[in-house]
Amino acid sequence: MSALELSRVSKIYGNGASQVHALRDVELTVEPGELVAVMGPSGSGKSTLLTIAGSLEEPTSGEVTVLGVRLSHLSRNMRAALRRRCIGYVFQDFNLLAGLTAAENVSLPLELDGTSIKAARAAALEALDRFGLADRADRFPDDLSGGERQRVAIARAVVGERRLLLADEPSGALDSVNGESVMRVVRATCQDGVAGVVVTHDAQLASWADRVVFIRDGRIVDQTAQPDGPESLLEADPAR
Amino acid sequence: MSVRHALLALLSEGPKYGLQLRQEFEERTGEVWPLNVGQVYTTLQRLERDGFVASDGDGGSSTQKAFQITGAGVAELDAWLRTPPDLSSPPRDELVIKVLVAVRVPGVDVHDVIQTHRRRVVELMQEWTRLKRDAGAQDVSLALVVDAELFRLDSVVRWLDAADSRLRRSAAVAKPLRDGHTPSAAPAQQLEAGARR
Repeated sequence: MSALELSRVSKIYGNGASQVHALRDVELTVEPGELVAVMGPSGSGKSTLLTIAGSLEEPTSGEVTVLGVRLSHLSRNMRAALRRRCIGYVFQDFNLLAGLTAAENVSLPLELDGTSIKAARAAALEALDRFGLADRADRFPDDLSGGERQRVAIARAVVGERRLLLADEPSGALDSVNGESVMRVVRATCQDGVAGVVVTHDAQLASWADRVVFIRDGRIVDQTAQPDGPESLLEADPAR
Repeated sequence: MSVRHALLALLSEGPKYGLQLRQEFEERTGEVWPLNVGQVYTTLQRLERDGFVASDGDGGSSTQKAFQITGAGVAELDAWLRTPPDLSSPPRDELVIKVLVAVRVPGVDVHDVIQTHRRRVVELMQEWTRLKRDAGAQDVSLALVVDAELFRLDSVVRWLDAADSRLRRSAAVAKPLRDGHTPSAAPAQQLEAGARR
């Protein structure tokens, strides 16, 4: 069962002469454990794709299936429950709550979903430990570096039983070394079986993905092939 | 890559044998540059001839000699480290020429050409990133080497993105060019000048 499937998904904003086709007949499947980057310039539709994949917005036409469940078959409340339990979001500006510690930020979605405070904190501490942040659990976001804040945001996105991680330029506000530490965490999360979709215009960030999908004017126009393996780098250019 | 200066750098830590130098060279460069042992000894002989290293044996086999850096070798290494590489002259960039030519060839969609190259460069970047990922964050030498390659390739993708965007904006100019009607002499002359670089 795929973690995410977009089938002939289109999204149109406005109407009449002011219509904007943000997405056109998008087909995209992401398997559990796979990290896919969606790469395109500003206005290409990549953020719309992410919000529709995460059921934050509905497509104008087409079908979105998350973990085998067709979103169009769900009521509004059921979609919200699916979002809380199965889908994690990461944004460029972290979106951590300043008045809560790192552990409280991570445990909050579980508590909102009915998990006891004690169990939610235990899960949060385990997630923070996995991302090398055990000693930051009781710090507030303002006391963390940018890279640490984003890793807390990823821990919050995947805590509990979330199986789909959706990230919009997750290392966009960070320098390249901190951005790398964030992408290492995203990769490690996918190796544990979570499916990841990262949208970005940054080729260095996209290169962490198993597959890079190129989007332009709302259409998926191309994608990268399966890799040959690193050995090919040493053979590719005899001058190197 | 200057093998000559890399060997001087390794010898600046103390006397070493040829095989040891080869092994350390590969370790320090993230094992991305394999080095032939014959190349090591040839380079050491030239360094000795130039007075930058000295060996402890007389007339014996090169493999049994330990080499050490001389005062002149230390000065040469220091001068090399501080000399900027030649970044000044623009290279004859095959990719730039291909895109410039694609703009003018009838029936060719330059945006498709750009996307083909963009995809290939991103695929290469994925392979380099995988190399870095598999090695882990602790292998600093490898990370430095891979980062250099990733930044170089990233700049190629950025140029392709900028070219794509610029060509879309100037579609009004590009379309008549593809149809064989040049709206004004200036853009065509610029393209020809660029292609001659």
